[in-house]
Amino acid sequence: MSTAGAAAPLLCVKGVTLQYKTREHLVTATYRVSFDVHPGDRFVLLGPSGCGKSTLLKAVGGYLNPVEGEIVLKGKAISKPGPDRVMVFQEFDQLLPWKTVKQNVVFALEASGRLRGKEAEDRAMAYIEKVNLTRFAESFPHTLSGGMKQRVAIARGMAMEPDILLMDEPFAALDALTRRKMQDELLQLWEDTRFTVLFVTHSIPEAVRIGNRILLLSPHPGQVKAELNSDGDDSVDPALGSTLSERIHKMLFSDAVEAEEVHPDA
Amino acid sequence: MPDQPVARAEYVREQVKEQNFGVVRKPLTVGERIWGQSAVRKAVILIVLAGLWQAYATYLNNTLLVPTFLSTVQSFIGHTLTGELPGKAWVSIKVLLQGYAIGLALALAIAVLAVTSQIGNDLLEALTAMFNPLPAIALLPIALIWFGLGNPSLVFVLVHAVLWPVALNTHSGFLAVSNTMRMVGRNYGLTGVGYVCRILVPAAFPSIVTGLKIGWAFAWRTLIAAELVFGTSSGSGGLGWFIYENKNTLDIPSVFAGLFSVIIIGLLVESLIFRVLEERTIRKWGMHLQ
Repeated sequence: MSTAGAAAPLLCVKGVTLQYKTREHLVTATYRVSFDVHPGDRFVLLGPSGCGKSTLLKAVGGYLNPVEGEIVLKGKAISKPGPDRVMVFQEFDQLLPWKTVKQNVVFALEASGRLRGKEAEDRAMAYIEKVNLTRFAESFPHTLSGGMKQRVAIARGMAMEPDILLMDEPFAALDALTRRKMQDELLQLWEDTRFTVLFVTHSIPEAVRIGNRILLLSPHPGQVKAELNSDGDDSVDPALGSTLSERIHKMLFSDAVEAEEVHPDA
Repeated sequence: MPDQPVARAEYVREQVKEQNFGVVRKPLTVGERIWGQSAVRKAVILIVLAGLWQAYATYLNNTLLVPTFLSTVQSFIGHTLTGELPGKAWVSIKVLLQGYAIGLALALAIAVLAVTSQIGNDLLEALTAMFNPLPAIALLPIALIWFGLGNPSLVFVLVHAVLWPVALNTHSGFLAVSNTMRMVGRNYGLTGVGYVCRILVPAAFPSIVTGLKIGWAFAWRTLIAAELVFGTSSGSGGLGWFIYENKNTLDIPSVFAGLFSVIIIGLLVESLIFRVLEERTIRKWGMHLQ
């Protein structure tokens, strides 16, 4: 894939170390992680639980400041949350229950000061149509299914037309069939509008399917293990004789073996 | 014992078309639908209670202890038609609304302060721990010294009755707002007052409504008690004073009529104002289960 070529990256994560406090410990979530996201990328952060991928996404969202390194979006360092990086969460309660589907999308546009009144409403309806929810525009979130709620959240994020869309395991709480359908829909949306998305997941098939570029992270603390390309269909690479998911599986699995071997001596 | 499960043939079935079903959704009968209304069920309970009251009072046959339900209603209608009861009730409600409104505004301010800063949080905890257990009526003597005989003293006592329970409920509602919702608000650039009004208050609305109801009940109780004790001080006198006066003249059915109107106003506020508020907000939003 030769999308951006030599063009400047949209998002630069430079040597970022993230730490957070629990009641008893200071936990290092990621250690000196660096990667670049280019415009139009479907960039996936993949790794087992504990590799700090969600923490990393929150840092890009501006909810958390790095103790070392910096995160730069379009040449500006990120220091606080803002509507240029919209987050789609895993939880269903990200929709405001006191607003209808349409009002939820309009709320985002108006609260951030992007658009007002009729313009905001038109933009909202356009994106609600993109996720096929026009019939439910006046429904309240509690009357929708899980998949529909996530589609509203995606529509709300996309309506903002942010520089980058941040998705934190948005399909993890869905059943397998709905999940598969949502992945297809997301790819279709990307075909239509070519947004840039940073996508966090712990599922190898999902990463291979969704991403064009996959950053593999190792756990405790999260460090970059590899950055791979994906063409989405996971076929056997003639040069290596294995599929992409097999390669990823092997890389993650080798960690587990090492850990087991090291453990008895320690 | 076979070591393999029994071999069975596979099968595929045709689905019956929806229109060929007899009944998929059967409407409820008229009786079921009427009984399904909570207003109907409550009305039945009230009628049964009124019947028991009437039966016991008739059996006792002592108007000075327990007048019958019918004579109470008679006295109630009589005093209502002369305009005495509505007038007294209005005097009470006017004072009540003043105290309630000031109490709510202060409660919201303190709760917002408590949720935005650590010191505000400590302040709220300390103040509610001190003042919440203190009966509002116990402050009336002091209020009379500070504000003199009249409405300001009553309003002061009412504010005290409303402020603490409402602040406590609102605060716990704010704390229970999910982290995801908070992050959503900040993501779209909301801060300060906008963040409180557009995210925290609606998200905490179930707790706030509970607080409003408790505050209303506390205010009503406190007011009637205050009027009973220092009724003459409040100028023209409200419902509490009406009850006190009629007790002095041993007009017991009228005393019951006064209590009756306190109850009726309570029921009306509950079923008209709070119920409608709930229907229009938290029930419509599907938040009433939390």
